[in-house]
Formats: sequence, structure tokens, C-alpha cells
Amino acid sequence: MPRVHALEATGTAGDPAGPVHRLDPRAKVCGLLAVTLVAVSAPLSAWPVLAGCAATLAVVAVVARVPAATVARRASVVLPLVLLAAVSVPFVRHGGETWAVGPLEVSEAGLALFGAAACKAVIGTVSAVLLGATTGFPATLRALRALRVPGLLVLIAGFTFRYAFVIAAEVRRMRTSLAARGYRPRTALQAASLGRVATALFLRAHARGERVYVAMLARGWRGAMPARAPLAFGRADALFLGLVAGVPLVLRIGEVAA
Amino acid sequence: MTCTVRARGLRFGYPGGPPVLDGLDLEVAHGERVAVLGPNGAGKTTLMLHLNGLLRGSGELEVAGLPVEPRTLPALRARVGLVFQDPDDQLFMPTVEEDVAFGPLNAGLDHAEVDARVRWALATVRMGATAERAPHQLSMGERRRVAVATVLATRPELLVLDEPSANLDPRARRELLEVLAGLDGTLLVVTHDLPFAAQLCERSVVLAGGRIAADGATAELLADPGLLARHDLELPAGFDPARVEQVAA
Repeated sequence: MPRVHALEATGTAGDPAGPVHRLDPRAKVCGLLAVTLVAVSAPLSAWPVLAGCAATLAVVAVVARVPAATVARRASVVLPLVLLAAVSVPFVRHGGETWAVGPLEVSEAGLALFGAAACKAVIGTVSAVLLGATTGFPATLRALRALRVPGLLVLIAGFTFRYAFVIAAEVRRMRTSLAARGYRPRTALQAASLGRVATALFLRAHARGERVYVAMLARGWRGAMPARAPLAFGRADALFLGLVAGVPLVLRIGEVAA
Repeated sequence: MTCTVRARGLRFGYPGGPPVLDGLDLEVAHGERVAVLGPNGAGKTTLMLHLNGLLRGSGELEVAGLPVEPRTLPALRARVGLVFQDPDDQLFMPTVEEDVAFGPLNAGLDHAEVDARVRWALATVRMGATAERAPHQLSMGERRRVAVATVLATRPELLVLDEPSANLDPRARRELLEVLAGLDGTLLVVTHDLPFAAQLCERSVVLAGGRIAADGATAELLADPGLLARHDLELPAGFDPARVEQVAA
């Protein structure tokens, strides 16, 4: 079977009955977003702030019993792309000592900047991974809706989640059917069939969109997503939000004051 | 006798094409289970889309006690449940529970009532344990049953199913049949699967050329080889409609 994609690596992980999983999704969205914002906004030299953010995330992962291997595997889906954007920084930025690496020169300032950027990227990614591991996608959507994120964006996110799996299954079937008929492109010209596959996929997705819309109308859709029962924000949720957002924030404020 | 569906001279054509419904007359009484049979392109799905106002042709059409017109659409869509052929079209929400709640919430019910409806509908199709799951995690047979639950939750007077037995293995097909046989209310089943129609519906109509070409007891229609041949309908080899027992509720 062809290897699929990162879609399989979604869904909650860790202890589903654990204290973090059971929290109001708004507390987790806000808390983990705060960690990311604090890390991203910290200056390059503020290592204690970054260390505080990392420690906070580590505590959340341990309490939620999300295994480190799961976090690493899920983070590895996006991190290489994020780091790729920063990998040229040590070579183009000047300042401090320099070392020769083959024909290129690496500067101390460049390396420091790359290190800080990489730390921020890891913290942001792991925050998102922990949110995904402790909060199902539907619950996250509910939280976003309750936090007054524009309804249309939440709706689009929901459909993307639902139909990513359907479209991925169609891609899999089309690839299998190509392979079954001996399709093994050796030249760029032969790969043109893939363009036609993409076209067919687009047309199918478009037709499905039409059918889904009709199915929504048939069940009384009138242009706005009906609201479910409101979420309940309790003491445990406030405590989680206070600790997860509070520790990094205090460190950051202390850093500014110093 | 009160009617759930009353169509008189219903005509409809897609833009630039020939008429798909060409003066169709049909009456379906409360509580009846009727199979709509016919070859591809006979207008079966087009008729289904008329029944809750998704398409509107000329002629008279009254469904679940309401004339089909713009002002009655919200009420009509709560009273008529359509189950589409592909459950992936029908199940568009991230979880089964949210999907089943979609119709009742649109109908303006309060949260406690919606929760009760969701539990009842999922229990009725024997899918109560899947409420929290995502539709892509279910088998085709399970998705088909959840699709039925999504419309049951609005307690429709009329339930219309498009090819409900398509792509189901024999066991999933039997389970769906048992679920449908256990439902109260009026049932209209659009299908190619003649044994399925024979097991579920006491009455069948054959749609051909945009009209009702035959209307009668399912067992009698299926026992008429000339009629079946004229309308490109075929029974599986060895199937004897006279010996079919209807699935008990």
C-alpha cells in the first residue's frame, strides 16, 4: 500500500480520561496560544523565558500522559518545513566570531539567531501538537466558535477536517488504480497523467461540494451553523489557564522589567 | 384517506435538457412503505429532490400536508427527511453526534430536546456507541445507518431514501433493512435493488419517462417479467418474488 500522509497522525493521544483532556477546550486553546505568543514575542537573549515556556509544555505533556515519542512524531510533520525557512540565517547574517564551513562562512550572531528561531518554532509547534493531542478537533472547533472566531472560518476548518479524509481516500484509490494498470512514470512527460488525476480530483471535490450543500439544505440549513449547548468553564479550567499562560507571562514581564 | 405525498401533473426539466418529470401523478398515504423503481435516468432522484423543495417544477405538489412553495420550506424540511445515496455527502459534520444534531438545531429545538433526539435517533439505528466518533472512522454500513439517524432526529413524517442498499455487504444490508422495517411513518425508497424493495415495501411504483408507468403490490409487479423487461429492471438469478417474506418490524 502506498504510504499515506500525516492525516493518520491526528486525533487525541495520551490518557483520554486524564485531567487535561477533560478540561474546557477554551482553556487549552487560550493557554497554549499564550505560551506560543510569549515565546514568539521574547527577544533573542531571553533564554529563561523560552526555557519557562518549554518547561510549561513539558509539564502539560506529562500530566496529560502524552508520550514524548508521539509529540516528536507529530512535530516532525511540520518542523522541517518551519526550520527550512530559517536554515540560511547563520550563513547570511554577520556579527561576532566567524567560522568557515566549506566555501561558506557561519557567524556567531547568525547561529544565535537561528538557535532562538528554532526554539520558538519548536515551542509553537509543540503547543499545537499538545492542543491536538489533548483536545479533539471537534472540541477545538467548538472552543473557537465560543471564543467568537468568525463563524465562516470555523465552518471552513470543520469541512476541511471532515473532507480531508474523504479526498485522501479518493487519492489513494486513484493512485492504486494507476499502479494497477502499470503506471510507472520514467520521464517528466509521462508524469503528465498526474496532472489529469489532479484535475479529476478537483472536479470530484467540486461536485461533492455541490452535493453536500444540497444535503445541508435538505436538513434545514439557513446560512448559519446552529449553536450547541454552551461550554462550561469551571475552576479547574481557570487553574489550568492561569498556570499555563501565567508562568510564561510572568517570566516575560520580569524580563521586560529587568 | 390522508396523503403524505400528492403530486398532480408534476413537470420538471433541467435547463437545456428534455423533461425529466413529465406530468407525474403520485399519491402516497400515511404510513405506507413505497418503493420507487426505475432504470437510470428515469427521474427517481429528481422526484426525491422535489419532495422537500430542493427542486421545484410545475404542477401541484403537496407533501406532509404542506404545499411545496418558498414560505413552507423550513417546515417542510423538518417534516421530510432525505437520505442521500453517498453517506459522505450526508455526514458533513466532524462528529456523528453533531451531525445528528444538525437538523433538530436548524428546526429551532432547545438543547435538552436536541440531546434527547440525538440519543433516540442513534439508538434507533443501533449506533448509540458511535456518537463521539468521526464519520470517516465508520464502515459504509455504519455510515448509512448514521445517515438515517440524521434525518430521523427531526422526527420526519416522510422518510425518503436514495439507493439505501448500494455498496453494502449482505450483513450491513440486512441490518439496514431491519432498522428501516422498524420505523414508523411513511417511507419512500428509491432503489434498483428489487429484492430489497420486495422485503421492505408492500407497494411499488415504476417510474419511466418521467411518469408512473406501473403502480401496485410489490410482489405482483415483480412477478410480471414483461413489465420488468420493458423498464430495464432485472431480478437476481433464482429470485422468486412470490416466496419473499417482508421483514417484520
